[in-house]
Parts: sequence; C-alpha cells; structure tokens
Amino acid sequence: MTSDSKPYSGDQRDGAPLPAGGPNPPRAPEPEAAAAPVGESLAKDAWRRLTQNRAAMASLGLLIAIIVVCVAGPWLLPWGLAEVDWNAFGTGPTLEGAHYLGTDANGRDLLTRVLYGGRVSLSVALVASFVSLVIGVLYGAISGYLGGRVDNLMMRFVDIMYSLPFMFLVILLMVVFGRNIFLIYAAIGAVEWLDMARIVRGQTLALKRREFIEAAHALGVRDTKIVTRHLIPNAIGPVIIYVTLTVPKVILLESFLSFLGLGVQEPLTSWGVLISEGVDMMESAPWMLLVPSFFLAATLFCLNFLGDGLRDALDPRTR
Amino acid sequence: MTQSLLEIDKLSVTFQLPTGPVTAVKDVSFTIAEGETMALVGESGSGKSVTSTAAMRLLPELAKTTGAIRFNGENLLEVTPKRMRRVRGNDISMIFQEPMTSLNPLHRIGKQIGEVLIRHKQLKGQANRQRVLELLNQVGIPEPERRIDSYPYELSGGQRQRVMIAMALACEPRLLIADEPTTALDVTVQAQILDLLKSLQAEYGMAILFITHDLSIVRHFADHVAVMRYGEVVETGRTREVFDNPRHDYTRMLLDAIPRGRKEPAPADAPVLMSGRDIKVRFALKKRLFGKSEYFEAVRGIDLSIRRGETLGIVGESGSGKSTLGRALLRLLKSEGDIRFEESDISGLDKSSMRPLRSRLQVVFQDPFGSLSPRMTVGDIISEGLKVHHPELNRRQREAEVIAALEEVALDPAMRNRYPHEFSGGQRQRIAIARALILKPELLLLDEPTSALDRSVQVRVIDLLRDLQKKYGLTYLFISHDLSVVRALSDDVMVMKEGRVIEHGSVESIFSNPREPYTQALLKAAFLESEVAA
Repeated sequence: MTSDSKPYSGDQRDGAPLPAGGPNPPRAPEPEAAAAPVGESLAKDAWRRLTQNRAAMASLGLLIAIIVVCVAGPWLLPWGLAEVDWNAFGTGPTLEGAHYLGTDANGRDLLTRVLYGGRVSLSVALVASFVSLVIGVLYGAISGYLGGRVDNLMMRFVDIMYSLPFMFLVILLMVVFGRNIFLIYAAIGAVEWLDMARIVRGQTLALKRREFIEAAHALGVRDTKIVTRHLIPNAIGPVIIYVTLTVPKVILLESFLSFLGLGVQEPLTSWGVLISEGVDMMESAPWMLLVPSFFLAATLFCLNFLGDGLRDALDPRTR
Repeated sequence: MTQSLLEIDKLSVTFQLPTGPVTAVKDVSFTIAEGETMALVGESGSGKSVTSTAAMRLLPELAKTTGAIRFNGENLLEVTPKRMRRVRGNDISMIFQEPMTSLNPLHRIGKQIGEVLIRHKQLKGQANRQRVLELLNQVGIPEPERRIDSYPYELSGGQRQRVMIAMALACEPRLLIADEPTTALDVTVQAQILDLLKSLQAEYGMAILFITHDLSIVRHFADHVAVMRYGEVVETGRTREVFDNPRHDYTRMLLDAIPRGRKEPAPADAPVLMSGRDIKVRFALKKRLFGKSEYFEAVRGIDLSIRRGETLGIVGESGSGKSTLGRALLRLLKSEGDIRFEESDISGLDKSSMRPLRSRLQVVFQDPFGSLSPRMTVGDIISEGLKVHHPELNRRQREAEVIAALEEVALDPAMRNRYPHEFSGGQRQRIAIARALILKPELLLLDEPTSALDRSVQVRVIDLLRDLQKKYGLTYLFISHDLSVVRALSDDVMVMKEGRVIEHGSVESIFSNPREPYTQALLKAAFLESEVAA
C-alpha cells in the first residue's frame, strides 16, 4: 500500500460533514456506538436509544399504568359492571357510596364502567393493530418484492377488499356467526391491514432498487431473508407512524359499530360507547363525558409519543 | 488592475447545530475581477459550496455569517431581503449540479426561463417569448421554437443544464456562480457545456465563480484559483502559477492525486475464467397482456472473455449499457446468450443452483451510501455472506473472519459494531470491498467503485484494489466512465456505446492509438494530457 502507510488513518476525513477547521481536524464524530458492547443487535440498540427519550418513556409508563388499571381495577372496586346503586342516579364524583368518578343516569358506577370499557377498547385496538401490522407488512413486502404479475394479483385482491362496503361485511358476519365480540375483532382486522399493505408495498418498491438489496442478491441471500432482514427493517419508519394512527381509528370504528348496535352490547361497554352516552348528558352530567374522554385522550397521546420515540430509536442514524 | 466585482473579506460561516456550533467556513477572503473566472477547488466538506451559497444569502437560518461580501462595493450581508431579491438573478445568478432536479417538472421550459424575465425585467407576452427563444438559441438548444414548449423530462441531462444556463443568463448577470455544473454529466457533454460557458462569458463579459472538485477542469477553464480545505483557503493565485508551482502541501497532494501506474499483465497462459457470447439484455418498456410488448435493448449482443488474474475495463457514458452488462454477467439480471464461468455454462442456472457460485462471483457498487443497509451494523453487513455460504461457522468464527476482512481493507476492526452512516464515503467503499472479499471470490465486478469519491480517496481505494488483486490473484471486471482510473487498473479495455462494443483492445492500444472517432472524442474530453505532465 503506498499512501495508506499509516494503518487506520485511511480516509477518515473525506466526506465528513463540514469538519471544523484547523490543520488537524477532528476525526469523524465518534458517537456512543463506539462504546457499545460487542455484537449488539438492532433491537437492543433501539431499546437503549428509546430509554434515553424521556417523553417516550413517560408515555410508555402511563400507557402501562392505564392497561394495568383497566385489567386489575374492576376487581378492586366495590361495584360491578351492571350493578345499580338505587341511591345514586347521575350523581357527580363523590366519596359517598364509593362512586369516585360519579354514576351514570342508571346509577351505575362510572369508574367501573370506564375500566371495563377500557378492556374492550384496548383489546380491540391491540388485536386489530397487531393483525394489520403482521398481515399488512408481510403482504405488502411480499407483493412489492416479487413484483410483476404476482404483485398485480395481490394488489387487485386488496382493491376488491377495499371496495367491499364495511357495514355489509359486518352485517354479513353477524348473520352467519351471530352476535359476538370477536366478530368485531375479525371485521376490523380484516379491513385495517389493507392500508398497511399498500404503504409497505410502496416502501418496498422504492427500497428494492437500492444497491444494498442488489448486493444481497449477489451474496446469494435467500428471498425470505432479503424480505425479513433488509426490506422490512428499512420500511419500519412509516409503518410505526401508521400503527400509531391505526389505534385511534380502530377505537373510534368500534364505538361507531356499537352505536349502530352491531358492536358490544349492554351492559358491556367501551370507551367509544361511554363517550357517545356522555355527549347526550353533557350539560347535566359533564363528568360522564369527561372521564372516558380523558382515558381515551391520554391513551392516544401516549401512543403518539411512543410511536415517535420508536421510529427514532429504530433508525440508527438519529441520535 | 481591473476593478474587483466581488470581494469576499474574512467570511466565516458557523452552523448552530443541536450538537454544538460547527464552523464550515473560516476567514475566507478572495476577490473576483470583472469578467474573469475564479475557481474554488476542494474536496467534499471543504466549504466551497457554503461560501458560494453565502454570497447569494441562501444559507439556512441557523447559519451565522460574519465578515463581508462586497458586490460592486455593496456589502451583501447587510442589505435588506428585498434588495437581495433584486440582486439574485439580476446581478448574480447561479447554476447547480443536478440538472435533473433543478427544473420544475410540471412547467414548460419556456415558462421557467420567462419567469425570470417577468420578475426582473418586467418583460411580458411576445417580447418575453422572443427573448427566451434568443436565449435558447444562444445556449445551443436545437430547434428552439419547438423546444420552448417542452417539459424538462423531454430533454437530456446536457440540454437541461443548457436550459439552466439560459435561465441564469436571462438578465445578463455580472457574476455567474456555477456550483459543480458539469459533475453530473458525461465527459463529452461536460466539454460542450464548458465551451458554452466560455463563449457566453466572452459575449456577456460576466465573471464566473466556478466551484468544482475537478482539477483538470480548473486548469483549462479558470484564470484564478482558490484551494479550500476544512473551510479555509489554503492557497490562492493565478491558475498557471498554482498548478506549476504549488506552495501548500495540500495543493500538492491534490495535484498529485492522479491514478498512476499500470497493471502488471496476467501471465499469458492463464486460463479463461469467464466468457460471454452474444449477450443481450432487454427491458420491457410497456407490458401488455395481449398483443406485443415493447422492449428497450440495453445490451445488444456482446462477446467477451476474461482470463484469470486479468482486469477488463468497460468504459462508456451513461446509458451505454455497461452496468447492465456487468449485472447480466453475474446473473443479477436476465439475459440472452451464453455465459461461461470456468468452462461451465451458467446462463441457464436457476437461483438455487447459482447460489454456490455466488461466493466466487462478487460485486462492489458505485454508491457507497446506497450499497450498505442503513439498519445493519458493519459487522452484520460483512458477515452476511458467511451466513449463506458457510453456515457451519459459529458466531465467534464469523467474528474472527470479519476482523480479518476489515484489517485487509485497512479499517479498524473495532468499528464493526457501528452503523454505515457513521463512516465517510471512502470508508464505506472499503466496507463494501470487505463484504465481497470475505467470501474469497475469484471474480470481482467493480461497478464504478471510485466514482462517488474524492480524488485523493480514489487514489487510495485504487491502490487497495491493486494490492488485493496481486495478493489473491483476483480477476476484475472494472466498469467506469473515468478513463484515468481505467487506464491505471486494466489490461484490456472495452469501449461501449448504445449497448454495443465499439472498440476493444489492450490499454496501450486504446489510449495511445484509438481507432474509433467516439473513443477519440472520449479521450479528448477527459483532459487526459494532465497525467502526461505529472
């Protein structure tokens, strides 16, 4: 080697962004990765970056708290879901009779109902988002990666699914299987993955022309590995953003179905249903609107911050 | 002495980044006289573009500028934004590197040029169109009456750059700032654009601030030159004096950074490693379910053979099909015709029967920023091939191989846990070479491996490639548009144009005695005589 006589000084400096002046400029910036332990995976690395993001961590904490309260809370409260307190119809928050957040017009404890509703809303959101994530990402990545005729067929199927009226699908399911909360999961899940598939396919089409994918072909990497190791991790940014948008959409969709009488049935409830009941009573009993709204808003708020934090954490370029 | 038109006096630019202030330009001073050409030379990150952008006051908000930029005696750093808008386009105008993206794709070019005239000269209607036609004529666009109503996508790269120049000239500016105006163009087009700029300069008597990394252009084009490094001007003077008698070490290093030497020829009895007969590649332009599909033939019947230890250089301008040919030979693209690797026909093999051969046929791509997955660590990137071809290795053994490969390309093995974005262009190219080398290939396809790098880095990468070839007896298929690099590395050269080989011969015969007019034009445009002097 002629000009590379010094072993690692190589071309350290070339292309470094706007190096500070001076005859001995600093080397390329050496971030924390230099101190990172050996063989760190992207997931571990991302977790470390996420923990440094205070807003995301606070949101994660609050979200976990909401989930725990919704799951465990109803057991600790003295009132049941459909239990009527004949001494308290539509009373505001009070310690008397342990109605900490008041009762509804039928004398049922609001906090209890909100927590039960949270179980329904959160589980619908979780299941539907998860389904849309898994099916949508895989479907979109495979369709975009294979391209050509396969892509054409797969995306036309998505178009057909899009053109089916959602209400018709739900009613059809009800007729065939009868009323069941799991049908809501199935119906919402069946619709939500379509958008995700389109987004991921678009990303994949752009990514598969990149040289690192070509390099993987030249190395003889199998198609399945190219999709899982190269395509999906690089498409993750828009995917996470979209998931955080899906969750509120799903919660609202569920309350819409319930409103039409196709969703959860009394006495079971959900945040969406409680809010729509609260709107009717807004003037006489504002807490009926405020309490479930607060829970929903806090959840969505946390999800947005967490989504933002995750997107940044999963991209090694941001620090 | 002539009147100085632009005077930059102790200009410093500091970016207030979240990570702390970064000084991009420090105490830069130079002057440009009326009608002269000043070249600002430096490698990437030297602050040359920041300096010129500061003169137009187009820097982002977070840049803090001190010093003075006097245009005709007026300090541009102090004038109001309204006054500055009058200066831009009218007195000083600018052309950029990327002709593909600097025109709005939704407007006809006549309208885009005319807009400048409306803004600064209040020239409307028929008079406007007349002037636009005149400008298009001047910048050498054929059939201006027809072209004035074209959209940018209908023009070639060179023509778009001509349109950009027409736009810049519309108000007859006194200073033209040209920021790498020819870098994205083919060499023959590059020469035409430079000629055009020169003749227009004579006609309009304007000064040009020419920003480039290419010293051979500077030598032929500029009166004065300022050499920049890390935001400072290290040397300035008349072009001839600086080139003949460089005072600063850095200038000397830049002038010296020319790929030199020749490859030692492979032994004459070396066996043929790869050969191709009548290779054709075509892409579908329009696919129809029924009826005839339309095709574009990128490679139209090429024969070649490479012997073990040899380097075959493939030269051509963009669109000549050279990269397509390389990918077809490695079976990364579908092609017609025979491809033989060590006597066996590989053109009919499917994906899985091709896989064992992949470790012997490797590739290094042009773009050091695009060829490494941004979400994998360098160690993972380099060891990926091992997982495919040597699944028997455990994690520790793979790690040891990665360390050896990084040492081979002169990178610190401790860097293997970092991500690609933390490396410079030259370092990334070394990582890409390590990824290919770890599989111990026999044939390496090098697709413009040095084109995106600064000259001084290029020279080091070329040295590395040469050393590796000698050490492991590698066979190279070297694709490039850069003739000086091809000359330094190859045994044989193939010149391609429009999917065909138009000339094929040894390096000596092609460079000293080109037969085809096209080859002659290429050589002439590449200003290769500069190496003869060195």
